Amino acid sequence: MPHSPLASSTDAHRVLIEAHQLERHASASGRCLLYPVSLQLYGGDRVAVTGPSGAGKSVLLRLLSLLDAPDGGQIRWCGVAVNRQTILGYRRSVAYLKQRATMLDGTVADNLHAPFALKIYSDLRYSPVTVLNLLAAAGRDASFLQKNAGELSGGEAQITALIRVLQLAPTVLLLDEPTASLDPASQAIVEAMVDQWFAAVPGRALAWVSHDPAQAERISNRSLHLQAGRVQPNDSISPKPQVSIP
Amino acid sequence: MNADYLNLSNTQLALAAALILINGILSLLLKLGLTRRLLWASVRTVVQLLLVGHILSWVFRFDRWYIVIGLMMLMTVIAGLAASRRGGRTYRGMRVDGMVSIWLSSWLVTMIALFVIIRIRPWYEPQYAIPILGMILGNTLTGVSLGLERMTEELVARREQVDLLLSLGATRWEAARLPSIQAVRAGMIPTLNAMSVVGVVSLPGMMTGQVLAGQSPLQAVRYQIVIMFLIAAASALGTTLAVLATYWRLFSPEHRFRAERLVARTASKA
Repeated sequence: MPHSPLASSTDAHRVLIEAHQLERHASASGRCLLYPVSLQLYGGDRVAVTGPSGAGKSVLLRLLSLLDAPDGGQIRWCGVAVNRQTILGYRRSVAYLKQRATMLDGTVADNLHAPFALKIYSDLRYSPVTVLNLLAAAGRDASFLQKNAGELSGGEAQITALIRVLQLAPTVLLLDEPTASLDPASQAIVEAMVDQWFAAVPGRALAWVSHDPAQAERISNRSLHLQAGRVQPNDSISPKPQVSIP
Repeated sequence: MNADYLNLSNTQLALAAALILINGILSLLLKLGLTRRLLWASVRTVVQLLLVGHILSWVFRFDRWYIVIGLMMLMTVIAGLAASRRGGRTYRGMRVDGMVSIWLSSWLVTMIALFVIIRIRPWYEPQYAIPILGMILGNTLTGVSLGLERMTEELVARREQVDLLLSLGATRWEAARLPSIQAVRAGMIPTLNAMSVVGVVSLPGMMTGQVLAGQSPLQAVRYQIVIMFLIAAASALGTTLAVLATYWRLFSPEHRFRAERLVARTASKA
């Protein structure tokens, strides 16, 4: 069930997200933003999502996070179709990070505490130890928590946003160009923290939208190339196995 | 009625209307460019009020429940249509939401006033029913339109934060709670302000009218107290209904924020 992201699976390579014939049109013009695409994300997958601007990469990630309603198709989580009862658990298991981190009002600490006020996390408590470990991984100390979230640099905000989701131990990370507007140092920190999260528990998976071929190569073991709203089946940035497209 | 009460003649009305010359001269001197609008506003004031006077006196004479209800419905529809005209953003169904919120809240509170508090017989006595509904409508309209405006503004301004909370697994209500609270507060504050300064800074029109008509000030303030609470209840209820209606329109049962439904108001509708 999506409510227990840490439920042990004997198979770390089980299928996590199955998207079937997902498609999306622009709400105003009806123009097709993403043509029907089917894909599976398995435990252990690190998928680089590449393609030119406007190819539908962000559209795909927002659909996979179920923040936007697909105009067709379906998403299954661990073999079960996601419905309005299970969608909150799904969003807990599948964390979504965008290019420009959104900060809530208040300090960094307020931002890190915020998820625990939500019903879906009622079984979790804010853990200062977890947060301090994550801060240390980001090269920050406890004083960082007292900063005003509205005054953070882009890199600091993205690190805060990353800690905000990583402390919740999601199973899947959907990252929409999380480092595109960051300085190299922050970029390295974000990549390292994601690596650490991925390695901590077998069976985790991520999809990472990147414009930078070197980064896509670094962070992925599979790739998905989008062009004009369609998945390109034969285009791969690396010799690694393709995302299966039935 | 007190024998001191003076009926106003047309000459007296004309003298008062001449005061608009002050506005006209100011507009000309300061080049405010308001001369035409001043003239138009004055004409409307005179024509609308004389018309209402005639309609009301006819309704009072006729004294039939269906005429009173008809007039009350007309007043409510006009207020309801005005409720959704504020703000830079709108959504499909906003007009219906404004109308329904105003209708339900103002009629419920007016009925409580007529049947439970003042207990007039017959209940549709136009001398009571119409002015009470009118005062409630005017204030509920303010609350509802401020609430709708603030809710849509907050949702546009906080769109990213709403999305972030949803992406973390927030329910649609958890994601919309802050904007909703701000909107309900915004709608209720004018009434709260009015309640705290009433009698000190402002003398409400109804009370002034009763006193001018020779009613004892002690009785007049009693009526005013009742009215203030009626207004407070109706505008709080109307504002809350309107904000909840917006929430239901803009958040799907799948806990999604349908931000695309919030569209900029086109110039023709504004």
